[in-house]
This record gives sequence, structure tokens and C-alpha cells, in this order.
Amino acid sequence: MARRGPRRLPDAPGLELLAGRVRAAIGDAAIVGAEHHRGQAMLEVAPAQVREVLAYLRDSDAEPFEQLMSVHGVDYLPSQPRLGVHYQLLARERRERLGVRTRVTVEDPVVPSVVELFPTANHQEREVYDMFGVEFDGHPDPRRILMPEDYEGFPQRRDFPIGGEPVLFTFNEHEYPRWYE
Amino acid sequence: MSDENGPTAAGPDPLATPYRERERSVTLERFAHGTAEELEPEEELFTLNLGPHHPATHGVLRLLCTLEGEYVREVKPIIGYVHTGIEKSIEDQQYWKAITFVERMDYLAYYFNAMAFCAAVETLLDEEVPPRARYLRVIHMELNRISSHLFWLGTSALDIGAITMMWWALRERDYTLDLFEMSSGQRMHTRYFQVGGVIDDIPPGFERKCREFLELFPSRIDQYEALLDRNEIWLQRTKGVGIVPAERLRALGVTGPLLRAAGDPWDLRKAMPYCSYEDFDFRIPVGTVGDCYDRYRVRMAEMRESCRIIEQALDGLPEGPYITANRKVALPPRHELATSMEALIHHFKLVTEGFRVPAGETYAAVESPRGELGAYVLADGSAKPARVHVRDPSFVNLQALAEMSEGGLIADMIANVAMLDPILGGTDR
Amino acid sequence: MEVTRTKVGRAGSRAPDAPDGFRARQLSAKQMLRGDLDGQDLESYVEQRVMLSTLEKAQNWARKNACWPLGFGLACCAIEMITVIGSPRNDISRFGAEVVRASPRQADMIILSGRVSIKMAPIIRRIYDQMLEPKWVISMGACASSAGMFNNYAVVAGADKFLPVDVYIPGCPPRPEALIYGIMKLQDKIVKDPSLGWRERYGAEGTEEVA
Repeated sequence: MARRGPRRLPDAPGLELLAGRVRAAIGDAAIVGAEHHRGQAMLEVAPAQVREVLAYLRDSDAEPFEQLMSVHGVDYLPSQPRLGVHYQLLARERRERLGVRTRVTVEDPVVPSVVELFPTANHQEREVYDMFGVEFDGHPDPRRILMPEDYEGFPQRRDFPIGGEPVLFTFNEHEYPRWYE
Repeated sequence: MSDENGPTAAGPDPLATPYRERERSVTLERFAHGTAEELEPEEELFTLNLGPHHPATHGVLRLLCTLEGEYVREVKPIIGYVHTGIEKSIEDQQYWKAITFVERMDYLAYYFNAMAFCAAVETLLDEEVPPRARYLRVIHMELNRISSHLFWLGTSALDIGAITMMWWALRERDYTLDLFEMSSGQRMHTRYFQVGGVIDDIPPGFERKCREFLELFPSRIDQYEALLDRNEIWLQRTKGVGIVPAERLRALGVTGPLLRAAGDPWDLRKAMPYCSYEDFDFRIPVGTVGDCYDRYRVRMAEMRESCRIIEQALDGLPEGPYITANRKVALPPRHELATSMEALIHHFKLVTEGFRVPAGETYAAVESPRGELGAYVLADGSAKPARVHVRDPSFVNLQALAEMSEGGLIADMIANVAMLDPILGGTDR
Repeated sequence: MEVTRTKVGRAGSRAPDAPDGFRARQLSAKQMLRGDLDGQDLESYVEQRVMLSTLEKAQNWARKNACWPLGFGLACCAIEMITVIGSPRNDISRFGAEVVRASPRQADMIILSGRVSIKMAPIIRRIYDQMLEPKWVISMGACASSAGMFNNYAVVAGADKFLPVDVYIPGCPPRPEALIYGIMKLQDKIVKDPSLGWRERYGAEGTEEVA
């Protein structure tokens, strides 16, 4: 897949220009960083302005990204702020992908919800809440989606134990009572 | 559904009993528009739980439907009944072991899961895949697309009532599974795709058997279409059912055959080609109306196009290595282990620790039989991925079910679920 | 070159005119209907057509050959299970089990095909309770027998944590032939050792949900 063919868009200068336009439209504090790694563009955005940035990227920019393909969460432990929410945007006409990322801390895990802009984010933001505990402000249905409703804890955080059962080998089988005892 | 049992020319109708009169006087006009304001005060909304165990919900999907008579007023899908925590398990596994985990997400399109993950890791490693491996990947992915569509056809037709299709579709699907078994030894979840290529070359009889299958298959698709295409019951069940306009589908993030049936020719194989798909000449079937019948036709046509792709790939299969030569990523061939110390060390490091991927994050997407399947991989420089997320098409497409079904009959909702082709393993991961 | 032809007969290679051939049997059946058979002829006629067994053996034989599975698929193993039920190549109806019932009240056996997540486990238990005795459980695949490869927070490590399982079938997913072999092992179990008393250990007696 790593073909050295036509440029994977947007390229690094294009990304810097895009970041400049977003800063000009919304504010300097909106963009925290821009990275271009292995041909993929990533914008980092301050959490409070996520909705404005995505609305700008969808509607107002000279090179709009009109479709949201994926919303997912990441736990960057040990790097702080820990919880990240990624938005993967797609521009159909220009065949470009852009990643937008925002990072929040565990103590204040609030990110504005983008469901009004992109209805596809409905289930996906619920999954991020379920797995990481990021609360989406303005989401119409903030419930757990994959785990049982009354589950406690946010499983995909890095400090949540993987769970499961200890595998019994001969050296440790006497430590665990077996089911028929 | 009015019948014409009026008075015949021979005289007054002998069946004109008061019961028949009442029967004939009931019309569905009141419900034809189906808006909530026309409800009488005594109409009651009935909540039906199509529980996770139900013969017609393709996996363990739970649908909470609010019905008014037979019309669906609201449907809420509840998922999570086969949530396996795959993404969390992967964070403990090396990259090549993670391929086996990722394969089991969308369990009918296992090659596509592996392809998305391998593509993401290869991007992070900046690894080039040799041309023979790319063509072999294409052959296996298209065979998997055919087998996934065949399974969809069998089970959807079974849901709608055409039971014969299940026998026929599974009969052909066995041929593709035989081909998978020939190349990798397993029918499903074959771990054939590895980072950098494929795990082994195809055996000598594979091409011949594949060509036999390709000769046989188009006539079988003709048989399926002869059974269903103009079948009155099939048309009544699927025509005009579950129409959602393409802009709404795009806003909901729906991709794949559902979007193409609504008229939008977005296919990642043509739009953003990966894995040498640009070398092949194939068409993208597109529907017009976007109802269930169009979705059915789009998938049938996709099976034919997949046959063409496989044929072109077999014709043009280049010689060469089937996996990258970079020994830091791919295992060296076994015969080298006896002679070369370096190969032995590489083998040892790869098997015990695994290859390290430099830090970075990337998102790679492929066109699976259900839509855009994307893999997001965050690497932190160690031999284990720090985070893998798979953007599964079934998870996102499920949001369209409510739009498709509300206002329709409950039987139409079953047809919608069938044509939506959700795979709950991918939805729940 | 000399060519000799011998007739290879069917039905135990009995020639039609032999003493136990077709003609003789037809004749004796006619005589039986008329009431003409007596003594030794009658004895041998009855012996050839009557099988003696205990009621229990007969019952077990009938049960094993008509074991109706519940249509219950969870994950990838369900695909192989549907292949066994629906594909013409591996076909379960030769074992009398192609009648896949949708309702647990009408099913004899439940094939747990796929990973059992913690959200699904109480539902599976409820469905198992709704089945009527005698009922059997086949745990198909690695994920239903143990945790499989998913030894984590979301998967119950084996269905035998909350259900009594009769046959475990390993594989990920098991081949259709493996599933058929497992069903045949279950049939052996039904015939030879049908006592379900070992389930007391699981507290599975008297848990039927009849409401």
C-alpha cells in the first residue's frame, strides 16, 4: 500500500495552508498542531472548538471535507492529555483524507458532539464514550452501546485490566479452585 | 389488495355475505401516508422486541420496534451482544498475531479485515509489497467478496422466504472455500495476508481450479437471477422498500452496496485505488432508486465483476516473491535457516518479539463487501500496537436501518435488515 | 477370452427365486394376510420382522436420530454451522437434524456457535431454560468451549460456566466435518449413556422456564 505514486493528499504544504486557513477563520487557539506522517495528514484541535473546526472544514473552506468516515478514541497513556478523539474526514471530489484529533484529560473528558453536523457520529460517539469515557456534549442519546448498560468502567483505557481468566498450567493449577470443587 | 369478487354477469354474487362486505370495505388508505397525526386516540403503540435470538436478525442484533398495527413507528437497534474486546486484546499481541484477531471481526470478509490492518501497518513501516503479492491479495479478496455475497444471498433470501437460494448459494460458496483451503489450509480466518505480502505462494493446482470455478460461476449467477429477478413475490417484498436518498446515506456515513444502490458510484477500488486495483478493468454497478431490489441487483452484479477481476488477475499474475524481502518484517524462507546465521537471528527475533513499528498513527481503508472498512493503527515504536481501531461498515450502516424502516411494514423491516447485510461481529467487535 | 457374467443382486444379494428371495417373501406375506401361516412358518415369519429391544433403547435410538437443533448462531462458527445445515456438501439432514427450529420450546439441542460475550450470556441461559427436556448442548468452536483466543473482559471463558455442555468441538472455526463428528459423538452419547444426572452438579435440574 505504500506506493510512491501520486501524492497522498493533502500533502505537507497543503496541510500547513489548511491549518492557516482554519486559524484565520476560527481563532489561533483552535489548532494545536499539524502533523504529516507517512503521507497522512493530521490536524490537532483544541477540544472546545471541535465542532466549529469540523463545521468550517465541511462548509466554508476552499477545499471542503464533506464526509465523516470514522470517529474513534485513543488512549495515549503515558502521554498526557490522555484521551484522544479522532475524526477521519473524507473529501470525495478531491479523494483526500484528513484526520482531526483532539485530546482531553480524564478529569475533564468533555468534547462537543458533532452529531448535528454529521449524523454518522451518533453510534460512533457512543462507542467512544463506552470504551473511553469521553463525554460528548449535546449527544442525543449518551448511553453505552457495546457493553451492558450497567457496566462500570471504561474498558479500552490503557489502565483498565485486560480481564479474562488465568490460564491454568501445571505450575499454577493448584492456586485456583476448579469448578467442580 | 382488493379482490374482484363482485356480482358476476350470471346473477347476484352467492358469496355476498355480510362478512364479505365488511372485509371488502376495509382499506389501507388511512395508513397510506403513515403520519402520526392521523392516529386515532385509541390506537395503541405496541413495543416488540426482536431479541438477540431471532431467526431473521443476521447475528445477534436486537431491535426494539414500536409498532402501530403492522407499521413500524420507531426502531432502535441494540448491539453489543457479541462484543469481544478484540481491539483491547490486540494491544497485548504482536503485529502478526494481531492479524488473526482482526480477521475475526467481520467474520465473512476476513481477508478484507486483514488487508486493512496490513495496509495500515505497511504504511507505518513504509514497506513496499511485491507485485505478485498484490495480485494474490486481489485474487483472494475478490474470492472473499464473492463468498460473502453468496452467503448474504443465501441468508437474505431465506429471510424473505426464498429458501432454495440458501442451498444454491452455499453450494457455490463451498467452491470458494475450497480455493481458500488450497492456498492457506483453512476455510475461514486463514491468516493468509501478512504484513509485507502473503504468507505463502499459491500451490500448483490453484490456478486451474480457480479458472474452473470462474467458468462455472457466471452460469450459476444466471440461475440465481432466473429464480429471483422477476419473481413476483420477491418483487413485492423488495421493490420500493427501504428507500433512503443518497445524500442522507452519505450524511449517515453509509458506504458500499447500499450507497451504490442509491445511485452514488463511490467505490474505494476505483476512487482511491490500493493494492494494484488500478491495473484491472472492471465496472461499478450502480442502482437507481435505492430500494432493496436495487441493493440485491447491485450485489449480484458485483459478483460478476469480481469474476472478471479474478480472471484478469490470474492472467496477469506476475512472477516474483510473494512477500517483502525485508527480513526485519517478514520471516525468511525456511531453507535459509540452515545456512545463514543472519536468517536464523531474524527468524528468532520475529517469532519471539516481532517486528517493531516506528511511532506514528495512520488510517487505511479498503472496500469490503459491506462498505468502507478502515483500520486505524497507532504505533508507539514497540512490537505491539498501542491502539487498533477498525472502522467497520456494518457498525456505521446500521444507523441507516431506522431511516429505512420507519413508516414501513414490519415485514419490510426484515427485508431491510436482510439487504443491509450487517455482520454483527464487525458491528460489535 | 472367456467372459463369465454373474448377477450381483441387491438387498443382501438374495436371488429372487431363492428360498428367502423376493418371491418367497411375497408369497409368505400373502399367506399371512389370509391367515394361512401356522406353526414353524409363522414363527419364522414373525422373527424376521420383529426387533426386540428395551423401551429405553428404542427411545434413545429415536431421540438420537431426530435431534433438532435450535437455530442459534453467535459469530464466525455460526457460518460453519449454517454451512453444515444448509450446504449440499456437508449436510446434517442425513442425521435427522435438518429441522432447525426457531423456537427453543421445540428444539432438542442447542449448538453454541461463537463467542459468548457477557451481555449475551444471560440470554443464552434463558433460552436454554426455555428448552424442554431432554436437551443437549454442543459447544462449537474454541470460543464457546474455553475463551478461545479472546481471554479478556468481554467474553465468558467457556459456556460451561453457566450451562452444562455435552460435547465440545475444538477449532476456530471447526470444519463442517468436525461439527458433524461432534454431532455423531452426541448421538453416541444419547444412545449409550443418556442419564442426565451429571447435570445436578450444575444445578440444571428444574430450571425450565415454562411461563
